[in-house]
Amino acid sequence: MILLATELPGFAGSAPLAGLAGGLLIGLAAALMLLGAGRIAGVSGIAARAVGLASGSLPRSGAWAFIIGLPLGALIVTSLSGAAVPAFAGTVPLVIAGLIVGVGTRLGSGCTSGHGVCGMSRLSQRSLVATATFMATGFATVAAMNAFGIEVLP
Amino acid sequence: MIRDTLIPLASGTIFGAGLALGGMTDPARVRGFLDLFGAWDPTLAFVMGGAVLVMALAWLVQKRMQRPAFAEGFSLPDRSDITPRLVGGSALFGIGWGIAGLCPGPGFAALAIQPAPAAIFVAAMLAGMLLVRLTERQRGG
Repeated sequence: MILLATELPGFAGSAPLAGLAGGLLIGLAAALMLLGAGRIAGVSGIAARAVGLASGSLPRSGAWAFIIGLPLGALIVTSLSGAAVPAFAGTVPLVIAGLIVGVGTRLGSGCTSGHGVCGMSRLSQRSLVATATFMATGFATVAAMNAFGIEVLP
Repeated sequence: MIRDTLIPLASGTIFGAGLALGGMTDPARVRGFLDLFGAWDPTLAFVMGGAVLVMALAWLVQKRMQRPAFAEGFSLPDRSDITPRLVGGSALFGIGWGIAGLCPGPGFAALAIQPAPAAIFVAAMLAGMLLVRLTERQRGG
């Protein structure tokens, strides 16, 4: 636990080792999906599949099982670590952000997991372009909001 | 049935654990990473790096497998065309990600951490997905 709280020199509040450990787990989960079930662990696509908004070869029961696993895994980690509950944005920014994320990930055929983790590691051209694009607009959005003094987190 | 759900359930659970451990379910941490021109927090680069590293190895193993361990065959994306839809959709996604510091996976995972705001985000996200579906149906797509 002490190691997980280690900061990167010069970056107060960073948690590189916890980040790396979390990343390795995410990679492991995606690898299990690929080598076990033969499919991409792309959360936006699996979510759309679960609620019947996308056709696909993954059975809907499997899509639901994956989605249910996400909070289950988070619950295990937070109950073990006893970390403070993080702050979230208010209702209006959450609704706006959620709508944009929903539209964007369907049009763009993926999100941080499908393009960022599964596609990039395979050097998929589409995923490299998608990831570079959403990183760039993510950086620009936060920079613009900071420039205009728009704060969403308490 | 068990074969169809057990692997995705295990994968989703490990995935959710990784998201929480890595800090992806903390919007302040995510927005700190996206604040490249401010007080930049590099933590998520380590999350991404760790995940891509393991998956790069998994793709090497996948090339040598005839079929997945617990399914009939592989069902993987094989497109390589860069379309305005891909770029425009990804650009939109990044904007939404930046606004609230949440992407789809952490949105679902956070249901176990901050249920009310996470549920609002997830509901809006699914509504956005439905909107795309309805628009496409109208166009006959």
